[in-house]
Amino acid sequence: MNMLKTLAIAAAGLALSFGAAQAAEGQMPAKGISYSFEGPFGVFDEGQLQRGYKVYKEVCSACHSMQYVYFRNLAQPGGPSFSEEQVKALAATFTVQDGPNEEGEMFERPGLPSDRFPSPFPNEQAARAANGGAYPSDLSLITKARPGWYGTFNQLVNGIGGPQYVYSVLTGYTPDEELSEELKKEQPEGKHYNPYFANGHWIGMPPPLTDDQVTYDDGTKATVDQMARDVSAFLAWTAEPKMEERKRTGFMVMIYLGILALMLYLVKKRIWSKVH
Amino acid sequence: MSTAEHADSSRRDFLYIATGAVGAVGAALTVWPFINQMNPDASVLALASVEVDLAPIAEGQEITIKWRGNPVFVRHRLAAEIEAAKAVAIADLPDPLARNANLPDSDQATDVNRVVGGKEQFLIMMGVCTHLGCVPLPNEGDYAVVEGNGKHGGWFCPCHGSHYDTAGRIRKGPAPQNLAVPQYAYLSDSKIRIG
Amino acid sequence: MSGHSNYQPTSAFGKWMHERLPIVEMMKGQVLDFPTPRNLNYWYTFGGILAVMLVVQIVTGVVLVMHYTPHVDYAFASVEHIMRDVNSGWMIRYMHANGASMFFIAVYIHMFRGMYYGSYKAPREVLWMIGVLIYLVMMATAFMGYVLPWGQMSFWGAKVITNLFSAIPFVGDSITTLLWGGYSVDNPTLNRFFSLHYLLPFVLAALVVLHIWALHVPGNNNPTGVSVKSSQDTLPFHPYYTMKDAFAIVVFLMFYAAWVFFAPNYLGHAINYQEANPLVTPAHIVPEWYYLPFYAILRAVPDKLGGVIAMFGSILILFALPWLDTSKVRSGNYRPLFKGFFWIFAIVCVALGYLGSKPAEGLYVVFSRILTVYYFAHFLVILPLLGLLETPKPLPSSISDDVLARKRPATAAVPAE
Repeated sequence: MNMLKTLAIAAAGLALSFGAAQAAEGQMPAKGISYSFEGPFGVFDEGQLQRGYKVYKEVCSACHSMQYVYFRNLAQPGGPSFSEEQVKALAATFTVQDGPNEEGEMFERPGLPSDRFPSPFPNEQAARAANGGAYPSDLSLITKARPGWYGTFNQLVNGIGGPQYVYSVLTGYTPDEELSEELKKEQPEGKHYNPYFANGHWIGMPPPLTDDQVTYDDGTKATVDQMARDVSAFLAWTAEPKMEERKRTGFMVMIYLGILALMLYLVKKRIWSKVH
Repeated sequence: MSTAEHADSSRRDFLYIATGAVGAVGAALTVWPFINQMNPDASVLALASVEVDLAPIAEGQEITIKWRGNPVFVRHRLAAEIEAAKAVAIADLPDPLARNANLPDSDQATDVNRVVGGKEQFLIMMGVCTHLGCVPLPNEGDYAVVEGNGKHGGWFCPCHGSHYDTAGRIRKGPAPQNLAVPQYAYLSDSKIRIG
Repeated sequence: MSGHSNYQPTSAFGKWMHERLPIVEMMKGQVLDFPTPRNLNYWYTFGGILAVMLVVQIVTGVVLVMHYTPHVDYAFASVEHIMRDVNSGWMIRYMHANGASMFFIAVYIHMFRGMYYGSYKAPREVLWMIGVLIYLVMMATAFMGYVLPWGQMSFWGAKVITNLFSAIPFVGDSITTLLWGGYSVDNPTLNRFFSLHYLLPFVLAALVVLHIWALHVPGNNNPTGVSVKSSQDTLPFHPYYTMKDAFAIVVFLMFYAAWVFFAPNYLGHAINYQEANPLVTPAHIVPEWYYLPFYAILRAVPDKLGGVIAMFGSILILFALPWLDTSKVRSGNYRPLFKGFFWIFAIVCVALGYLGSKPAEGLYVVFSRILTVYYFAHFLVILPLLGLLETPKPLPSSISDDVLARKRPATAAVPAE
């Protein structure tokens, strides 16, 4: 029986052992900050998501698209929960392309709730051309597409670390002045030193955040750390807008299955008692 | 049967029945999302709106635009068309209701109830025959106004012969209802938003 | 197929139907009344679990296809549409993705159970081989399914694995071009993978019917490996095993639900949330976890064609298992040496999986080679020799004797009641 238990563990081990490959070349594991939405009962902090949205709008949207998010998503439950009115207003601050009109031309108009967030560039090539060959990734799914750390049990226990990755990149720059002589010699043109970046230590994006860059509506002090936490939390929501619903449903499913399992166990025992 | 056995078997039956019931409830709760996923999804429900500029539409002219996958007639009616529509008694109409999404369901199909904001010169209706969904032809049918240079207003559906009058109301033929007036609003005197 | 049913139709309709298509009698005989060894433990519930998972994958898959677009320009976006807009779409997608992993966990336990208890031995050789065929079809289905979301790993995994075929001498490049429908993995590839991914599960269902048929001819094996001698050794499948299976299935569903609702992306690869880019290769191309042991074997051999042969060989060798194992005793419970080697083999498989997830460098390569050799040695050297050299423990005379002996381990005789 013990041997067969080992088989169970081996099989489970098969499942668990291969969560992730080796860390990318020298990517420093992300800083392990915590978020309100971690864990099986975690939920988003609406206020934080609203602040994070503001950081995206005023800082990131200049270069980064968010193409899978619609303005109307900002009003749905489980997210920043802006009101319908606020969403209409905030959509209208963006310009989106529409058309063709009767003359056959494309034209621009203010955004509607049913529109997606528009891309700052018409295509990838234009984006690269404007950013020294580097492509500012679309941010809709960034916190699911970037592990903050690697390791089988690490990822199972601590999560994949996507939001932490974004936070670490935003706060992990070493300013040019502080680089060692050696690094200064290696520094490629137009790149900045950031050991948390997934694709080598030199990132094309210049440090995007400075203290008090954004004025938060709720009065929170907009330090770089605060803004990085808020925007990474917001991006965790854009990647998984259904997260809260998922955990809620999961809780009820587990309770239900637990009860059913218990009842079936009693049924099984009852039936088999005649045999033993 | 001894009382002990009887109690035993009813306890046993209760367990089996209870477990079956719990299982059945779970099965039903599981099936629902798989059926509901076929219902319109959020992107379809996010009522897409379309704006229409009325200025280029001359008197007596009509354009057709697409909204939520269906044609919408936007017609700038002649005075004669409006008069002809007003002259009809509600009692003569096969469908006496306005079918106007901007008004209560029970409103009658008077000409003024077939438009929004009393702007009777613009008639905006779904170009979908209420019989089986074909697109009716404009300026056709027995209820068009005949004047100088031909027929004006009125619609005829070629599929099964339904005739609509100058206010888009069914008068003759198999269609059961007047052409539906969608939700729309004036953004300015010359611009509307549908949906 | 032996008839196990004492079905007598009672209603007029029942009689009418029975004369024309005796399906009720068949179902009763094969499912309800089927005599099953009374000593099956929980390792035997995984067949039922697998059947449930196949249904789950087919149902979730058919529903996903209502919203998915199999075109390179739309595939990734259509999956996001499912996750964000379709009612319960996120749940159905996560069920399908994690369901595949659960399917493989269950199939590995099921296979190892078969290997331990000698369920592949005569007269169940065809049953075992149909099972290996099912496993191969599962691997093809899962491979093609993973390509459909058209993420970075979808694309690059497809590219690497389809490129393997170019290793075949003479016809390799032509075959690869045929598979791709072009000069590289692109839209034609995606479309045909979609078509085949939809088709194969139904082929699987047919194979499962054959698998159960092949099982029902000799009947189930059991933990003693001793054949059924009388009706004392068996119980009707219903309600004994229907309820035991139901319980095991629900417990497995709890395990499954834990992944779907609380760690839905853990078993996948983060980089697959980035849309496929044919010009940028990800840092580490890794297949899904259930392929990792074979990936390790592939990379262990320095030659491209040699690696391909070794990888496919490591699965195809399973077909020969009934003849490679020369022992007359079925169950590992009575084969102490075999038992030890069985566990070593299991650990070697897990270790190969671990190595498959690591880059092909340094010590990882060394160990991959050693363990690949051991893997083949287990089948080609150890098993044949064990049968000839091992002294098995004495077998119980029958299943019922074994069950009774386990109930009263201290006393030999059954006290008179």
